[in-house]
Amino acid sequence: MASADAATVRGVIPETELAGLPPSAAVWCSGLRKRYGRQTAVDDVSFAVARGEVLGLLGPNGAGKTSVIKMLLGLVRPDGGEVLLLGRRSSDPRSRRAVGYLPELFRYQPWLTAAEVLDLHVKLSRVDVPAAERRECLALVGLADRAGDRVGGFSKGMQQRLGLAVALVARPELVVLDEPTSALDPLGRVDVRDLVLSLKSRGVAVLLNSHLIGEVERVCDRVVILDKGRVAASGTLAELLGQREVRLRLGTADGRAEDRLRAAGALTRSGDWFTVQLDADDDGVTVPDLVRDLVGLGVRVHAVEPVRISLEERLLAVLRHEEPSHQEVGR
Amino acid sequence: MTALTVAGLTLREAARRRVVWALLVLTVVLLALSGWGFSKLVGLDTDLGTMTSGEARLVASLLLNLIMFGFSLIAAIGTAFLAGPTVAGEVESGQALSILARPVRRSSVLFGKWLGLVAFGCGYVVLAGLAQILVVRTVVGYWPPAPARGLALLAAETIVLLTLALLLSSVVSTMASGIIAVGLFGATWVAGVVGGIGGALGNEGVERVGTVSRVILPTDGLWRGAMNAFQDPIALVQMGPGEGGFPFLSESPLTLAYLAWAVLWIAVVWGLTAVSFQRRDV
Repeated sequence: MASADAATVRGVIPETELAGLPPSAAVWCSGLRKRYGRQTAVDDVSFAVARGEVLGLLGPNGAGKTSVIKMLLGLVRPDGGEVLLLGRRSSDPRSRRAVGYLPELFRYQPWLTAAEVLDLHVKLSRVDVPAAERRECLALVGLADRAGDRVGGFSKGMQQRLGLAVALVARPELVVLDEPTSALDPLGRVDVRDLVLSLKSRGVAVLLNSHLIGEVERVCDRVVILDKGRVAASGTLAELLGQREVRLRLGTADGRAEDRLRAAGALTRSGDWFTVQLDADDDGVTVPDLVRDLVGLGVRVHAVEPVRISLEERLLAVLRHEEPSHQEVGR
Repeated sequence: MTALTVAGLTLREAARRRVVWALLVLTVVLLALSGWGFSKLVGLDTDLGTMTSGEARLVASLLLNLIMFGFSLIAAIGTAFLAGPTVAGEVESGQALSILARPVRRSSVLFGKWLGLVAFGCGYVVLAGLAQILVVRTVVGYWPPAPARGLALLAAETIVLLTLALLLSSVVSTMASGIIAVGLFGATWVAGVVGGIGGALGNEGVERVGTVSRVILPTDGLWRGAMNAFQDPIALVQMGPGEGGFPFLSESPLTLAYLAWAVLWIAVVWGLTAVSFQRRDV
């Protein structure tokens, strides 16, 4: 986090003097705490989402994910900690000027039409969005031909699609999606994935809370894993998932073949299975080159299997405390 | 800007949820029935002989107050049950989440809702009340001494109650807020009647019940001011001493001090609602 932001929090540097600095993080929070009665929901949570970055928030039910999101958006008052949204303190409503939000509990005025709901949110955001752009927004979520229908007649899935349109309509620079696919069919889930990727390509930051780890793994640059209200692990996917490995079953591997394997990475052997650890920043040519060279050395290659720990396995390992309780991987 | 947008939304909700239509039907039925009833007053044969036009005006004056009370009751119940879902209902359903995550101040959203409810409640009371006054004038020829003041006080009574309902709505559940608001409205009216009886009987202790309740919740005080503006001044003289016990006659107009108290009461309760809503986790 840029020190300028921290200074803003303490009020040391006036905001006008920060105008010339590069854009601050889309989200920055530090030491967030929240208790509901005796229950600690969130305890000392800190993380940041850079501009244009997609951050996945993962964790079991009751981990405090939605509470964290609501604290970021000023919907829940934190007992402690600081939040900056797009460079402004979250206590200032203007911090939410360019923020789109799809709540986990999505519900919109049933007596309004889909188009009217978007009109309302455009008005509240004080952004000048032409009618054609609003229609495009509805079309993007597959509701183009339902624009004039009352929301009261929408299915849950359609209401969630409308919620996505609401989150996107006011030209956001940060989109917060809390379980955006909970009511969607598999096609809808793919749509959401494409949508997040499209936002990312346009430089819009996304904070994504989802139980669908596969989706998170596909679209997120970084992941924060929450457990019992605390950050249990965080980092980029490559950092979290560790080094990749490749397993090869080789026939007639001699010393020269083993030397070649070692050149690619740390080697372990079990019978005729050889496992080579690859660098996390491997550019994808190591394995094909290795196979080519082994064949060139007269080695018979029976099998080549990439070994990669999935985010799900890693998440389960963190939550089952099979890993150190808190780690900031490689940051 | 935010407040006006939210006020417009609140009015649109009232229209789209058919509250307006329900009230319109109810009011037209009430107006038609009262017009029919008033027409029967003139030339009515009683045990004491045919009612004179003066007597008919007196009775019309009393009945007008009774019907106005009916309108204020409809407005009270209507706005209280509209105000209930406004904060508590929207927070419970999740509707508040997407709105409050916009660059808006919660106090502006609250003010917008209050403004919308005020426009709706006052609009109803004034239009229905005016229609009733015109019906009475057409049928019996009675025109109240200060109709504008009376209607304004009825509107003020509605504002007091919906402000209370809004406060309750920010701290208790939807259903409870409506029920408590209407219950308190009824209890204050009954306390006012009890106080009137106490006054008629010369019992200061009982009379104080009405006075205290009028200070705690100004709905009954404002209602009595409205009645005074609607009733025929001769009515009090004709009824003679002890009229205070009669629930549809008011002895004296409102004092400026009481009006100022009502305004302060509204401001304080609104402020409490804003503080409560500001601190509420949604």
